[in-house]
Amino acid sequence: MSTIVELLSNLLLLLGSFFVVTGIVGLFRFPDFFTRMHAVSITDTLGAICILAGLMLHSDSEWLVVMKLFFVLLFSLLTGPAASHALAKSALHCNQKPLLGDDINANTNSGD
Amino acid sequence: MVLTVFIINRSTDLLASIMLTGIFSLLSAGFFVLMDAVDVAFTEAAVGAGISTILMLATMSLIGQHYERRPTRHLPLFAVAIVLVTGSLLVYGTMDMPVFGKADTPVQQHVAPRYLNQSMDEIGVPNVVTSVLASYRGFDTFGETVVIFTAGLGVLALLGYRRNKQQESNHAMPAMSSHKILRVIGSLLIPPIMLFALYVQFHGDFGPGGGFQAGVIFAAAIILHSMLFGLSKTRQIFKDRSIYLAAGAGVLLYGGVGVVSMFKGGNFLDYNVLLSDAVSGQHIGILLVELGVGLTVATVMLIVFFNFSARVDHQQEEKS
Repeated sequence: MSTIVELLSNLLLLLGSFFVVTGIVGLFRFPDFFTRMHAVSITDTLGAICILAGLMLHSDSEWLVVMKLFFVLLFSLLTGPAASHALAKSALHCNQKPLLGDDINANTNSGD
Repeated sequence: MVLTVFIINRSTDLLASIMLTGIFSLLSAGFFVLMDAVDVAFTEAAVGAGISTILMLATMSLIGQHYERRPTRHLPLFAVAIVLVTGSLLVYGTMDMPVFGKADTPVQQHVAPRYLNQSMDEIGVPNVVTSVLASYRGFDTFGETVVIFTAGLGVLALLGYRRNKQQESNHAMPAMSSHKILRVIGSLLIPPIMLFALYVQFHGDFGPGGGFQAGVIFAAAIILHSMLFGLSKTRQIFKDRSIYLAAGAGVLLYGGVGVVSMFKGGNFLDYNVLLSDAVSGQHIGILLVELGVGLTVATVMLIVFFNFSARVDHQQEEKS
């Protein structure tokens, strides 16, 4: 039983790291501020959930540790989306317009 | 970390530099955790990656984002040469020093074994960092608290406080009224953050924590409130008089504990004589001085932030 739990916890940790790394790849590859932020916030939240769940399973059912990790998760779930919301709102406030599909088509058409 | 510092130095975009300083502080905090110094890591993360970044961002909104490199009139070869010579002499000096962390070096022989061995018997507090900080080296911590208080005084003296009550009431601050989501989440989170700050303050005996970290976290909660609901509203809740009073009260509490222990017959800041039982005296002494430290740190952080932001508001008002 404990080996299954250990396997699951390692799997979750790996999965969480994979999500965070894909978020970073998205940060570099996406063309526009808003798409980049979308990538990072989604993958960061999901990665945090997976990593913390993996750590919770790793802790050998010491309830105090599990509860502390749970509260960290709750806090991160509350503040992560709020932070990306604040970023997006301030970007709009500074007149950073999202790159729309029409703009890209117009650019490629005029480039040809 | 070296790469971060290098980029900070060469970048002309101040926003990038500020963010990189925050990242540098976070990396240092991780480094400290790797070295098993969790108290220091806690303080570094809270102050360096949190409050410093906010204060520098407030400064940046005053001075603009781009930094122009003024062309130097001459190559400072002489200065570079002096720096290289001094640096290499210093590095040569460190080669004589013992290996970092080795057990039989002089630094580990004198007081460190005594503190580590006798801390539990003499003071009875599980966290040796707190016992060394607040009891064995209480003078140094008192000096740190007074330095923090003086820094707050310096900010007050330099930046001042404009007592324009009409300005404050006319100054419509609809800054975040349209940001309902952030306000809701903020008002949900601020009380738990303050509770956590109190937890860190009083739990410093048993885990990482203590007055400095708790003060910074408490100030961060209030700064969050001021960012969400407007500076004037926060200043109405936390009046300037009470903040100044609390800052002085913190230092007074610390010094007062020392004076009371002198009146009771011991030395300055000798907690053994505070109560009938020496170990309980140590406990109450540490509790009170950490409370003093936390009070001073929180209020001085608030003083610095409020004065910086008042400058930003004033400048924005002058522009409009």
